[in-house]
Amino acid sequence: MTTSSEDVLLQMGEVRYKKGDGTLYVMNERLAWMAEHRDTVTVSHRYADIKTQKISPEGKPKVQLQVVLHDGNTSTFHFVNRQGQPAMLADRDKVKELLQQLLPNFKRKVDKDLEDKNRILVENPNLLQMYKDLVITKVLTSDEFWATHAKEHALKKMGKTQEIGVSGAFLADIKPQTDGCNGLKYNLTADVIHCIFKTYPAVKRKHMENVPAKMPESEFWTKFFQSHYFHRDRLTAGTKDIFTECGKIDDQALKAAVQQGAGDPLLDLKKFEDVPLEEGFGSVAGDRNVVNSGNIVHQNMIKRFNQHSIMVLKTCANVNAPPAVTNGTNSANGPVSHSAYTNGLNGKATAMEAANAAKRSNDHVDTDEPQIKKQRLIDKIHYEDLGDPVMEMDDEGADGDKAHSSKQFELSRVERYLNGPTQNSIYDNHHDSQSLEEVQYKLVRNSENWLNRNVQRTIICSKAAVNALGELSPGGSMMRGFQEQSAGQLVPRDFQRELRHLYLSLSELLKHFWSCFPPTTDELEAKLQRMHETLQRFKMAKLVPFENRAMHELSPLRSSLTQHMNQLLRTANAKFVTWKERKLRKAR
Amino acid sequence: MKLSVDGLLVYFPYEYIYPEQYAYMLELKRSLDAKGHCLLEMPSGTGKTATLLSLIVAYMLEHPESVRKLIYCSRTVPEIEKVIAELQNLMVYYERNCPMPPPLTGLVLSSRKNMCIHPEVSKEREGKAVDGKCYGLTASYIRDRHEMDTETPICQYFEGFSLEGKESTLPVGVYSIDDLKEYGRSRNWCPYFLARYAIAHAHIVVYSYHYLLDPKIAQVVSKEMSRESCVVFDEAHNIDNVCIDSMSVKINRRTVERSTNALNQLTKLVQDIREEDTNRLNEEYQRMVQGLKDASVQRDTDMILANPVLPNDVLTEVVPGNIRNADHFLSFLRRFIEYIKTRLRVHHVVQESPAGFLKDISSKICIERKPLRFCAERLSSLLRTLEITDLTEFGALTLITHFATLVSTYTKGFTIIIEPFDDKTPTVSNPILHFSCLDSSIAMAPVFSRFQTVVITSGTLSPMDMYPKILDFDPVVMSSFTMTLARPCLLPMIVSKGNDQVTISSKFETREDTAVIRNYGQLLVEVAKTVPDGIVCFFTSYLYLESVVASWYDQGIVDTLLRYKLLFIETQDNAETSYALMNYVKACDCGRGAVLLAVARGKVSEGVDFDHHYGRAVLMFGIPYVYTQSRILKARLDYLRDQFQIRENDFLTFDAMRHAAQCVGRALRGKTDYGIMIFADKRFSRQDKRSRLPKWIQEHLVDSFCNLSTEEAVQLARRWLRRMAQPFTREDQLGISLLTLAQLENIEQEKLERQAQGKQGVGGEVQEL
Repeated sequence: MTTSSEDVLLQMGEVRYKKGDGTLYVMNERLAWMAEHRDTVTVSHRYADIKTQKISPEGKPKVQLQVVLHDGNTSTFHFVNRQGQPAMLADRDKVKELLQQLLPNFKRKVDKDLEDKNRILVENPNLLQMYKDLVITKVLTSDEFWATHAKEHALKKMGKTQEIGVSGAFLADIKPQTDGCNGLKYNLTADVIHCIFKTYPAVKRKHMENVPAKMPESEFWTKFFQSHYFHRDRLTAGTKDIFTECGKIDDQALKAAVQQGAGDPLLDLKKFEDVPLEEGFGSVAGDRNVVNSGNIVHQNMIKRFNQHSIMVLKTCANVNAPPAVTNGTNSANGPVSHSAYTNGLNGKATAMEAANAAKRSNDHVDTDEPQIKKQRLIDKIHYEDLGDPVMEMDDEGADGDKAHSSKQFELSRVERYLNGPTQNSIYDNHHDSQSLEEVQYKLVRNSENWLNRNVQRTIICSKAAVNALGELSPGGSMMRGFQEQSAGQLVPRDFQRELRHLYLSLSELLKHFWSCFPPTTDELEAKLQRMHETLQRFKMAKLVPFENRAMHELSPLRSSLTQHMNQLLRTANAKFVTWKERKLRKAR
Repeated sequence: MKLSVDGLLVYFPYEYIYPEQYAYMLELKRSLDAKGHCLLEMPSGTGKTATLLSLIVAYMLEHPESVRKLIYCSRTVPEIEKVIAELQNLMVYYERNCPMPPPLTGLVLSSRKNMCIHPEVSKEREGKAVDGKCYGLTASYIRDRHEMDTETPICQYFEGFSLEGKESTLPVGVYSIDDLKEYGRSRNWCPYFLARYAIAHAHIVVYSYHYLLDPKIAQVVSKEMSRESCVVFDEAHNIDNVCIDSMSVKINRRTVERSTNALNQLTKLVQDIREEDTNRLNEEYQRMVQGLKDASVQRDTDMILANPVLPNDVLTEVVPGNIRNADHFLSFLRRFIEYIKTRLRVHHVVQESPAGFLKDISSKICIERKPLRFCAERLSSLLRTLEITDLTEFGALTLITHFATLVSTYTKGFTIIIEPFDDKTPTVSNPILHFSCLDSSIAMAPVFSRFQTVVITSGTLSPMDMYPKILDFDPVVMSSFTMTLARPCLLPMIVSKGNDQVTISSKFETREDTAVIRNYGQLLVEVAKTVPDGIVCFFTSYLYLESVVASWYDQGIVDTLLRYKLLFIETQDNAETSYALMNYVKACDCGRGAVLLAVARGKVSEGVDFDHHYGRAVLMFGIPYVYTQSRILKARLDYLRDQFQIRENDFLTFDAMRHAAQCVGRALRGKTDYGIMIFADKRFSRQDKRSRLPKWIQEHLVDSFCNLSTEEAVQLARRWLRRMAQPFTREDQLGISLLTLAQLENIEQEKLERQAQGKQGVGGEVQEL
């Protein structure tokens, strides 16, 4: 285990490991510890395996050094120099510093990227198979694979990292600590700062403007903690404070939003009163102005609480909805989606209503609002347990509902659905619009024959008859529908699996190939070219060997297994060729 | 379903029916049969509106000779629109299931603000501005002027309506505000005047209380309603205040200043007109000499506000000589305003009766009672003669004349209180003259005498014997219904002490006590921890809310609260509150949960429903007594004691408890809903308070829930919530709190009634948790 050629860079006695005394060796490539009176190394960590080292905090009675390995294991070394604490510390620091120098050199180039990719592949067996099929066989380069074919997975991975919500009490959670001499210390974490920025965009802007150009980070936050954001009972009186402006911006935003109204007619208090009393009428109950002489600080605070809650709520609204929601269309969007939701949910939007809605929207463009209002009212007066209103004898309505709710999956030919597309020669021949003339020609030829009734000598040519017979005998393409398990029985398992993999890879490649059409930009053209080449490579590297193998081992089926794939490839190829030709023609 | 209610075939537009709905129909029918008034209490969320509408409509169809019209009054615009939606629903049901759909017309009438379709006028936000602008385009002299000179702008929709609309009748159907607007647009008719015109013929009219109770408006709008009408006041728990408000006047220094300005302007106008065209003034004078009733020559557009006194009290005599002449009238007014000015210059509070006021005014400036009574009418006539289109400047002057008319008409049931300053700021001089109505029955009396059946109904009318007293009427039927429940879906609790055993109460002596406030805070935090989604808290007053929130902030309770839910608070600004409410709803919808702090008697407590997840718990911090130091209130209490033998305390408690019930009732809006109701005040557990809660709450408030500490309450809530969260299907309810037609027919009628009134709690009792 130990190679003698290693140099010992540092030898540190009186180091305890797992309650045993011993010596710590810092060597060229590894860290080792040997128990006293032994000559074998008990602990040995290669530097490449070490992730980090940790030390015990200052002032702790035990002076320790811990190394954390990549696999999560740790080893803790306890320094027990008899000369007391300072010596222990000195020992420890010596080791620490040396390790600090050494470790970076050995830092395994653990690409985080690679780890991620690895994880994605492990989590998606299909993708892994595709990777094996395409990259390992050199059909694609690895980079290409990740850039195009596994993009969604990579992105999804990213998307899955949920955005952290904002707690309502994030400001309250910053606990001030007294530092003993008339000062307060606030602990700001990155999370809290993130929360502040998210909730108060105005503060974020101020931060970007001022830090670090005009003031250091710490001063900014000191000011923040002095501002009304943090002390909600403070008035924004001073003009010097940078946050006064923020407060004003916030207030304005709020005011604008308030002006816009509640959007929901059932919540808009302003519109509740139908016939307000004339000014001057009314008695005590209407006497609101008197109460208004309350404490302005309190009123301000209440306003800020509302504002705070609204802002916090807004942060979580933004995650779900596109950013457009924030800037004004808010109230318009909300109810619309809501009503749509309830519509779908209840399924009781009777035919009459729908007709009404249609009629109205024809008449007026701006009838959107009454519709929403109406829907809200209907929801409001609806008692779920009393049963749906007006449903009892409503035959057409009920039928209509049923038709909507469960749409039957109708198949004209079930066997086609079960077997996939059947190949027939006509279908095979069909290429592209380019061959239109050809088809026309054939048609004309055929139709010429239609009139030749007298040609009765040969009803069908012998070759075609044999062909037809072949198709109709077991294994032929026409017989597929009648023997549903035939493919499953005839083709061994491993072939099936391989076939499935081939299909997966091929369809992935084809997807990208076809997505290039129409190739309007240069990049697309380049990609098309590339994809075409990839397809060719795929054919050579994967399909042909498979076909050969199938030929050997499954003689009765032979090419029928890959027939469809070949057809797909051919179609793609033809398309490519056409495109190429046209391009050349154009270039000329 | 089609059911038979005591022999009457009723189309009820749902498949199932609640037992209490059926019982409600029975009572309602009895009162219709007897042609008398009734008082019915049924919990919110039991489909009161649908029940009322289906029974009365059925009755109208069956006995068209005895009930011709249904006038349905509600409080807020959303409520009104809900009623119309229910009615539409019912009519669709009739259409589909009745062999001969009834040719009924139903419509809503709302203010111009909500109904105007004029491209410019409708842009105004303030109701008054819309009214003014509309008046400026539709007044008869404006239209006359337009005939001479086409430059004068008029409203095309009104013109369209007056050309064709009056002859044709509205096609049969039910029209909501939006329907009317659309109909108006398609015909080029003004929807507001269309509705005003159509309510005379419609079978069902839905509008706001004020159109019937406020004499100023009722005179204009609801003059021609037949006696054979059934009037329904829904959400009527506050009806006495509406009555009082519509007849009370406040005058402060600003009013006086403004009216002086308006008076100067009028004087100038009169002079100008005299110079160029004396005819007009002369004509007016002649008219008055002859005693021609002004109203007869008026067109309906010319009246914005009618006489503020009740129709029976309006004098039908000739306008007295000393105010016939415009100049004389103006100087008369000037003297009157000067007099008010001197009266406002007081240093101590003055309270006197209208009679005393009249005596004083006649001795000091020799103004007699009679010309005063004509003030309001005389001014409106003058304004018309002068062809003033912008009436906004004359609002204050109109107010003064209304005051003059009112004070000289009514000597009983009113009081005048002049306060030199606000009680909270005794150093700032801010004199106000209150002319206050003390008797809610004054405004209500004509309604009771005019219509054969008046239904007063709400979710919270307890204690019910109070309403007949304060409104002064004799109901033929008075009934309170409970909510039959298949599971105990409300959990009322009275929390009387905090975890530290300190009694919590909003009693005046202890309400600022930090221990009480802290305990309130802790209660809220604990509830916020336990209860999912929305929580609503009601405070007794806005001032108290403010000070409590401030203390909570100092005590760090707000911070703790924010850790569990977002916090929204009602403010005095309606727009701001609406926005906060909207966000509250959003927070509940997105699952984040929120707490809303609101004020009893505030807008939120009166008009917003917190059904389902919008309000899983309601907390009532303290008993919402009205501000008892108010002199107007004291005067009213004295009056109630002398006239109706209602003890002060009884009335105050009644008033507080109806508001408390209103607040906590916000959370429960149906049988599938569930909610916790916490009354956080020691005093709630006293018998005199508890017994005044509506029956449907009382039933669930067992003795063991009446003296809880915070901890115990939260413990109970936790267990209860777990139970409520279990799936609850229609099958669970059927037969107990929900009936099919077959079940309904099987159960005996009396038994059902008894059950619905809670005399025999089937399934209604609270099972031990």
